Amino acid sequence: MSKKLKNMSDTNLLLSITIVVFFAMYLGAMIFQGAGFLKAQTFFNILNAQASLIILSCGMSLVMITGGIDISVGGVTALVSMCCAVYLDYQSGNVFVAVLIALLIGLTFGLVQGFLVAYLEIQPFIVSLAGMFFARGMTTIVNSNPFNVQNEAFVALKGTRIIIPGLGSVNKLGKYVNAYVEIGVIVALLVVILMFIILKWTKLGRSFYAVGGNSQSALMLGINVKRTKFLSHLICGFLAGVGGFVYFLHVGSGSASHASGAEMNAIASSIIGGTMLTGGVGNIIGTFFGVLSLSTIQNIVSSAGLDEPWWIGITIAAMLCLFLVVQSIVMTVRKKQTVQ
Amino acid sequence: MTQNKPAKGTNFLANLTRNQLFIPVAALLLLLVFNLIMDPNFFKITLDHNSVGDPVLSGFLITILDSGSELAILAIGMTLVTAATGGQDISVGAAIAISGSVLLRMLCGSNTRPETLLMPVLVAFVITCVVAMLFGAFNGVLVAVFQIQPMIATLILYTAGRSIAAWINNNELPIISEPSFGYYGGFIPGIPVPTPFFIAIICVILIALALKFTTLRLYTQAVGINEYSAKLNGLNPVFIKILSFVILGLCVAVVGLIKVSRFQTINYSVIAKDIEMDAILAVALGGNALSGGKFNMTASIIGAYVIQCLTTTLYKFNVQSDALPAYKAIVVIALVVLSAPIVREKLSALMPKPVAKEVA
Repeated sequence: MSKKLKNMSDTNLLLSITIVVFFAMYLGAMIFQGAGFLKAQTFFNILNAQASLIILSCGMSLVMITGGIDISVGGVTALVSMCCAVYLDYQSGNVFVAVLIALLIGLTFGLVQGFLVAYLEIQPFIVSLAGMFFARGMTTIVNSNPFNVQNEAFVALKGTRIIIPGLGSVNKLGKYVNAYVEIGVIVALLVVILMFIILKWTKLGRSFYAVGGNSQSALMLGINVKRTKFLSHLICGFLAGVGGFVYFLHVGSGSASHASGAEMNAIASSIIGGTMLTGGVGNIIGTFFGVLSLSTIQNIVSSAGLDEPWWIGITIAAMLCLFLVVQSIVMTVRKKQTVQ
Repeated sequence: MTQNKPAKGTNFLANLTRNQLFIPVAALLLLLVFNLIMDPNFFKITLDHNSVGDPVLSGFLITILDSGSELAILAIGMTLVTAATGGQDISVGAAIAISGSVLLRMLCGSNTRPETLLMPVLVAFVITCVVAMLFGAFNGVLVAVFQIQPMIATLILYTAGRSIAAWINNNELPIISEPSFGYYGGFIPGIPVPTPFFIAIICVILIALALKFTTLRLYTQAVGINEYSAKLNGLNPVFIKILSFVILGLCVAVVGLIKVSRFQTINYSVIAKDIEMDAILAVALGGNALSGGKFNMTASIIGAYVIQCLTTTLYKFNVQSDALPAYKAIVVIALVVLSAPIVREKLSALMPKPVAKEVA
């Protein structure tokens, strides 16, 4: 067993810790809290609510694997929501154009931040901090009042539910209710699968790991380090645009306070999912489970009757702390083993 | 910098621009000149009397002096943390909420509308300092012992801080009616200058003495520049890093006192919101490398006042407080792009004349 553990790569070790913790947590919730957690729809509701966070976290993990960080994703989400909301409602626009607007905003942020980080070698934290400030401020400048979108085509799209056969449940009135997911979840799953394939089996994907692990040796291997860093930020920006639209599709309104703290949740999910901040280690599947763990613990806390507002913040922080310390200890122990 | 023509004037300019104080002072002058042209009323200071009848100065410059002092105190701690660890503490806003909450809890107990304070403010403040230093030490241990990047380690307290602050006071908002408690964040009767400015001066003197007469500066820089070689030279990097976070904790407690005293109450989700960003900006504006190593405390402190000057200027032009970050972001990007080594090299290569130095 211990030999097997030793031979496991860092990425796989951290990934398995995450998955085990998630299933243990969910099983525990099922056993001790019963009722709600036994329904499949509870799980799908978590997916529905967190679809955008899953997409944002995928982008975040990619940047973190490459050794950077992007804290502007929450701001971009708010900006995308607001711009799309204003376009759809005030200009009575087309939903497809709204999608294009969302992607364009995301790409622009990725482009500028990627350029500043990769080619001007400015610290990613500072660049994306400014990006976050800018996005949040611009959201207020575009429109300062929160409002719901009434656009018919959009409302129809928002209400679209994809029924999952066989997993429904009988409600209190004795009526059978189908289990469903929203369109956003499909998008999120597609993004997870696509990102997993890119990171695992393409040359570009492997170069992200190489640059994050040791940019000096990556350079000697003939990898274009600057371009790789640039691309990671570009993709993260693009995914922030996608995630922003999915978020918008879920909430259906524009507000300057939307997705506040989303960047921190995305970072937390990536860390819980086994992505190391130092770069070079990480896995998209882990990130996916990281988001699920994060929202499961929120659900457990609120359904356990600890509904005072502070408990959620404190438990998430405690969980983050635990994972960071475990990661740090695991890595130190393994480093010592390799030296021996 | 180019040294092709060693004429006297060129040398002077070159020395001037190479000085770390150049950027913050130039930015401050630029802002002041901009205000002078747009509206000279910016510089108007009037002597009013507040509701109790004490003389107080008011005006935009006084606002800068007042709020900038909070930022300057934070900048002291943030500079040390930046220098020693090569990262920043993003939890100071949340930590200020905790300190304020502890302070109120000590002064009020469980009664939210106390007639008299439970203990002298000084005693409560000392307890607050201890609590804030403990939270600083918590961050420090995560960074130094567990080797977690500072920004991520402090993300924990950033996430939990405001929740903890609400928890300490059971989510109630105590209001202190005792007027003497308001002195720390407002005005002491008879002195028309805001008290935070004096508190900031005391802090600056203390840190100046510490830097002058102890090995704090040398050790912090040594650890920041190369942790490994610092260790080989007999320093204890773990201790130095934790120490820098503890000092920041002390600064946080002081700012917590000022903030709570100013409003005589607390709002957990709003108090000191986004102040961590301003504090980091102050350090960056002071020309300190955010990746650690050498630092210039004076430049950071001036940087803090420059940031506040920018904020006040934007407010004066009726920028909504929510839209403020967008303008600040542009300034930040302009600043970091101009100070990026690559850009500087290109600029000086492009324009080898002394004119170029003013741009840089």
